[in-house]
Amino acid sequence: MTKVSMTVNGKAVSGEAEGRTLLVEFLREGQGLTGTHVGCDTSQCGACTVHVNGEAVKSCTMFAADAEGAEVTTIEGMANADGSLGTIQQAFQDYHGLQCGFCTPGMVMIAADLLKNNPNPTEHEIRDYLEGNICRCTGYHNIVKAIQAAAGQSVPAVAAE
Amino acid sequence: MPKDSGIGASSKRREDVRFLTGNGKYTDDINVAGQSYAHFVRSDVAHGRINSIDVSAAEAAPGVLKVFTAADFAEVGGVPCGWCVTDRHGNPMQEPKHPVLAEGKVRHVGDPYAVVVAESLSAARDAAELIEADIEELEAVIDMKAAVADGATKVHDDLTSNLCYDWGFVEENREAVDEAIKGAHHVTTLELTNNRLVANPMEPRVAVGEYDPWKDEHTLYTTSQNPHVIRLLMGAFVLGIPEHKLRVIAPDVGGGFGTKIFHYAEEAFCTFAAKALKRPVKWTSSRSEAFISDAHGRDHVTKIELAMDEEGKFLALRTDTYANMGAYLSTFAPSVPTWLHGTLMAGNYITPLIYVNVKAVFTNTVPVDAYRGAGRPEATFQLERVVDKAAREMGIDPVELRRRNFIDKSQFPYATPVAVEYDTGDYHATMDKLLEISDRDGFEARKAESAARGKLRGFGVAHYIEACGIAPSNLVGQLGARAGLYESATVRVNATGSISVMTGSHSHGQGHETSFAQVVADMLGIDEAQVDIVHGDTARTPMGMGTYGSRSIAVGGSAMVRATEKIIAKAKKVASHLMEASESDVEFANGQFTVAGTDKSVAWGDVCLAAYVPHNYPLEDIEPGLEETAFYDPANFTYPSGGYACEVEVDPETGQVEVLAFSAADDFGNVINPMIVEGQVHGGVAQGIGQALLENCVYDENGQLLTGSYMDYAMPRAYDVPMFTVDHSCQTPCTHNPLGVKGCGEAGAIGSPPAIVNAVIDALSGHGVEHIDMPLSPQRVWAAMHGKG
Ligand code: FES
Ligand code: FES
Repeated sequence: MTKVSMTVNGKAVSGEAEGRTLLVEFLREGQGLTGTHVGCDTSQCGACTVHVNGEAVKSCTMFAADAEGAEVTTIEGMANADGSLGTIQQAFQDYHGLQCGFCTPGMVMIAADLLKNNPNPTEHEIRDYLEGNICRCTGYHNIVKAIQAAAGQSVPAVAAE
Repeated sequence: MPKDSGIGASSKRREDVRFLTGNGKYTDDINVAGQSYAHFVRSDVAHGRINSIDVSAAEAAPGVLKVFTAADFAEVGGVPCGWCVTDRHGNPMQEPKHPVLAEGKVRHVGDPYAVVVAESLSAARDAAELIEADIEELEAVIDMKAAVADGATKVHDDLTSNLCYDWGFVEENREAVDEAIKGAHHVTTLELTNNRLVANPMEPRVAVGEYDPWKDEHTLYTTSQNPHVIRLLMGAFVLGIPEHKLRVIAPDVGGGFGTKIFHYAEEAFCTFAAKALKRPVKWTSSRSEAFISDAHGRDHVTKIELAMDEEGKFLALRTDTYANMGAYLSTFAPSVPTWLHGTLMAGNYITPLIYVNVKAVFTNTVPVDAYRGAGRPEATFQLERVVDKAAREMGIDPVELRRRNFIDKSQFPYATPVAVEYDTGDYHATMDKLLEISDRDGFEARKAESAARGKLRGFGVAHYIEACGIAPSNLVGQLGARAGLYESATVRVNATGSISVMTGSHSHGQGHETSFAQVVADMLGIDEAQVDIVHGDTARTPMGMGTYGSRSIAVGGSAMVRATEKIIAKAKKVASHLMEASESDVEFANGQFTVAGTDKSVAWGDVCLAAYVPHNYPLEDIEPGLEETAFYDPANFTYPSGGYACEVEVDPETGQVEVLAFSAADDFGNVINPMIVEGQVHGGVAQGIGQALLENCVYDENGQLLTGSYMDYAMPRAYDVPMFTVDHSCQTPCTHNPLGVKGCGEAGAIGSPPAIVNAVIDALSGHGVEHIDMPLSPQRVWAAMHGKG
């Protein structure tokens, strides 16, 4: 066990970690930040996506010790300061971009990463960027629309197409 | 003008806020003080005799509390099956014991034979490496037809063979169907496979067992679609715990798609071990473990024959199906290829004579049970493929051939020759709508444009029927169900007018917390925000059968309507007292009670308060309080239907299929929340695209699972699917439930696979390809185009 320290959602945290402790385990079990999910064991599903130093990372694929000193943002850090939903979160609700909600934290985190790198993506670019994130519920249709809307594109309202 | 609240409004989902902020509470998010961790040790051979298991080194390892094997479960029952099918000779199916931990033999890769419980998960995993198991590998039975051949190795030594049952439906029609087929003008025959799938909800299964010696009470947190069903099956049949001492909680559940209906050994284990160890016990499945322990879906091999006259009118239909049960009977497994499949073989058509034969077979594979659609996708796939092939053989347009045989809307209610009565539908209307939204008229031009780029474009349609709103208890009892299939609701009006609705339905993505609230708020004329939906906890909700088979709004919603009607009836009595009016003159609308022809009125909130502070109250006539419960048992199934169209482009160089467009015109009857309904269709269609083009669960001949992770099992990703065009404006309301609803959860997964395959076969029409088995991978398509299929 070694001590690992990092900044999570703007707050300095530290905790014990084995060499094999994954970042996602550190967040979920050590910090009680259970919004980040584990959907697979082969780095395929993206349910565990967080931001490390501003980049989207699959937190199941990084050791906690490797995040020593890093700035980490999880889904719990994505709302506005007053607690209201951030732009992407609000778009997911407005466009029904989630059903069971299990893939959703990862989807929001990857969408934020996309829009940071490409503020006005095409449908094709959105679908390509979601390559590492699986959703079993929505068929992606409304996730794509939510991201388009979050990018400020005009998107027909739900159930009005 | 779309409504902005109540029934018919696309109300935004209230549950989204917690999911979007990381505040959902899924089972793995629950940690109980003092909990220990279970690690299941699973067979790595498909079939083997357990000669010995030495756990001594593992038990001595650091942090280990105990290692359990079958011997620890000698006093408890096996995991039960909830349905007994009677074979065509009148005998009950063969039903093997399914022990919590393997006894004597292991029967599939993943069959657990020991469990290590330790202070931490890593300690449990490390100790598992120290278990010495002498398991003698036996010949594995994988292929279904080989499994029922004479002399085949038996999965269960105490059964007479690997045949679970040989079911005939309708058995009395058998000879008449044979005769009709013999004498027909034309018979189209098709042999096909409905590929084995893994449901793969994104949340893996989890169980946390807890025991409180103070009150001798057990609690199980579990990823279930139906906590009461788990309580009943596990309490009564496995562990012998009376229901009042057993609480089952299924909190936020990350998708189910059928595979979280069933009672699993891991749930019984954690509940049992928590008492044995006097410590809470938690088990979280990894994805790899899910592939070898969650019940799989589909896996049918079928020969179907359709007999027609000169005009293409259907005369008779005969099917012969082998259905894989896997190594043990999962909760509803026997019902899927029989009553959820044979009864749907009439489809949308008038076919006077139908005979369905199903042989259910044990193999050394993971148990197979319901997956989104359960039996109905298998029925629809066969039927809509054979109809398409028949159209080609008869030289009739596939849409026209379907129309010639559709049951007309004037013929409802329509009794099929396979024992069900459709209440309503208008198949020509959904077909018309489908052709419009898919722009079939423009297809030839689009095809020419593709051809100019060297691509083969195809257009395929399918028209489905499904039976939802499962199910009338007296009927399913006759068919072998060991449970009733009603649903329940308690509507509790609080003193200040807010409402808690306790439902036996369970939401794991369907948005009940929103849509159910819309119904109650609409009936009472109050704000939706005043209605809270409580589900997923046997201690807080009345006995209910849960969510599957697109039953929640049709059956659970109906229970809620009945309970709300009782509330309104009682509230009117209170209001009439407060207004000093005759009860028969009291009217209730928009949250106000009024007396016809006067200006007297009382508000909803005043009546609620009076019911709980009964100072001025008709105590001699009615009790205080405002809380009512209703159980609703449906009179019939509901019958959603619809037309689906798919447009694909095939790259002849590689065999790659791209879905360019997908359109769905559904008739779900009345719709509560169009946004949610459309989302259900999107998700179902994506799963159908997965089945048709990508997903395949494959065992090798030794029973090793070759597709045991997302590296090998191809899940549909965002770039595999197009934007969908969906429509639900054709509405023929259900005639026998109070909301006129039919259910929408499975339609997308039922109607889409045949539409996709039909489109690919259409694209390949110049290449003499008649059929390709799903999934239509580039390799399979290319091989078929080059005569190597
Ligand atoms: S849990 Fe990290 S990619 Fe699946
Ligand atoms: S919303 Fe359920 S997996 Fe995406």
